[in-house]
Amino acid sequence: MSRNAIDAAGDHSADEILRFTGVSMRYGRGPEVLSDVSLSLPRGSFHFVTGPSGAGKSSLLKLIYLAARPSGGSVRLFGEDVAAMPAHELPRTRRRIGVVFQDLLLLDHLSAFDNTALPLRIAGHKPSEYRNDVAELLTWVGLGARMEALPPTLAGGEKQRLAIARAVVNRPEILLADEPTGNVDHEMALRIYRLFVELNRLGTTIIIATHDQDLVARSARPVLHLDKGRLRPLPPQGPMAPEAAG
Amino acid sequence: MSEPFDPARWRPASFLPEEDARDPALLFVVAVLCFLACLTALGVIAGNRAAQDWASQLTGEATVIVRARGGETPDAAAARAAEALAGVPGVTEARALEKEKAYALIKPWLGDVADLDDLPVPRLVAVGLDRKAPATAAALDKALKGHGLDAVVDDHSVWIKDIRKAAGVVRWTAATLLLLIAGAAAAVIAFATRAGLAARRDVVEVLHLTGAEDAQIASLFELRFARVAAISGAAGAAAAAALGAILRLMGGGQGITPALPIAWIDLLAVLPCPVLAALVAAVAARVTARRLIKAL
Ligand SMILES: Nc1ncnc2c1ncn2[C@@H]1O[C@H](COP(=O)(O)OP(=O)(O)O)[C@@H](O)[C@H]1O
Ligand SMILES: [Mg+2]
Repeated sequence: MSRNAIDAAGDHSADEILRFTGVSMRYGRGPEVLSDVSLSLPRGSFHFVTGPSGAGKSSLLKLIYLAARPSGGSVRLFGEDVAAMPAHELPRTRRRIGVVFQDLLLLDHLSAFDNTALPLRIAGHKPSEYRNDVAELLTWVGLGARMEALPPTLAGGEKQRLAIARAVVNRPEILLADEPTGNVDHEMALRIYRLFVELNRLGTTIIIATHDQDLVARSARPVLHLDKGRLRPLPPQGPMAPEAAG
Repeated sequence: MSEPFDPARWRPASFLPEEDARDPALLFVVAVLCFLACLTALGVIAGNRAAQDWASQLTGEATVIVRARGGETPDAAAARAAEALAGVPGVTEARALEKEKAYALIKPWLGDVADLDDLPVPRLVAVGLDRKAPATAAALDKALKGHGLDAVVDDHSVWIKDIRKAAGVVRWTAATLLLLIAGAAAAVIAFATRAGLAARRDVVEVLHLTGAEDAQIASLFELRFARVAAISGAAGAAAAAALGAILRLMGGGQGITPALPIAWIDLLAVLPCPVLAALVAAVAARVTARRLIKAL
């Protein structure tokens, strides 16, 4: 398979989960921050989105988690054209996507447990159905002892893992992570990366925006490289390192 | 951190921070509005009762002014009129008032006249009417004419009409006041909802991006402000009821003045206030929140 995934935009695979066709995007009347982006991602894939700061990585993810609309081209999500989705269907579609936001967006007045349970409550599940799952998940991400803690009392890596727990608790089909290793040390970055690999193994499609070149290089996962809002072939690289997950 | 966290004992926390709901300024304003609304309601109830009492008193009686004619003395004419009126169906009693009473009534206009007996002072006949089927002024008139009496019947219908009209004006004024107060409460809640949404944009954004429907997010504000309004409404209603009770105690059976006879049972009128306040707040918060969320 192509390491750039750009070429894949041509074929119509049945288990395609996401397709961009000639997508452009701008904020208000501003300049285009994404131009003519085409890509196709199969279900269960694991991609990095890389590029310098301001290249449009976060904007690309916003289009996928339906926080923004393209100003041109079409976005197909779960086989449906996003532009054709009626407004009342958007919340339901958002529930199939987990997001680790660049600025995490944890709710500071809610405990780690309540933050994690939030997507399940929104989806209308009863506490009795999920309380044990939430506790198990928090333990899995290494927050078993901090379930009652408020986010402001958590360390950077703990916050990241809490945001990941909230993003995956409702078993999303796609997990988007925007700079999930941005504020943590190398050791923690690898730990977090291994969580994503584990989730991917369980079938979740994963898209991680990062400028952590080291992580990208070690993982040997396909890369969508953005430069000034356009998908470009990766710049020349050194030799591949073995996958970090081992 | 001494006890390990037990998920089985976990209760979902409010998505909106609890302390936001304890804004004293908002609680105070809504309580004051509810207090004013309850006072208005108590006022209109008492006013209505006063009007009804007066009207029914006036319905039960009529006054006939008799002027003596020919050689008849005023006393004789009045006695004859009373007799004639007593025979009319719907009249329970007809009584000629003594000369002194008639004099006392006109004295303020005439001043201290030495000898009223020289003046042709008309006599009054007080007529008691059957409240259920009162004789009409026309029937009384006809009976008097039949006996060749020169008399004018006043069945108080002019006064009754005026009282009814005044009571109607009071009711409409009160209804307008209540609407204005409800509108003001709705506006205050809309304002608070807007402020609450702005202050908790992070919460709204997270919920929105996590797949909450607009109605779900709006309902958080709806419930919050309904609760605030119910609490404030209860406080305002309690204050108004307390004031009503004080008026009732101070004025005895007649209330503070006969014009505003508050009865103990009237105080029950404040009971719907918390519920109505909550309803108004819920609707105002819902409309505002949904409009703002849609615009996000
Ligand atoms: N909310 C916004 N309003 C206007 N411009 C924005 C907004 N967010 C990002 N941009 C602009 O869009 C471009 C791409 O930003 P972004 O997608 O955040 O890039 P990256 O995540 O790769 O750093 C940048 O020039 C940035 O200034
Ligand atoms: Mg970014």
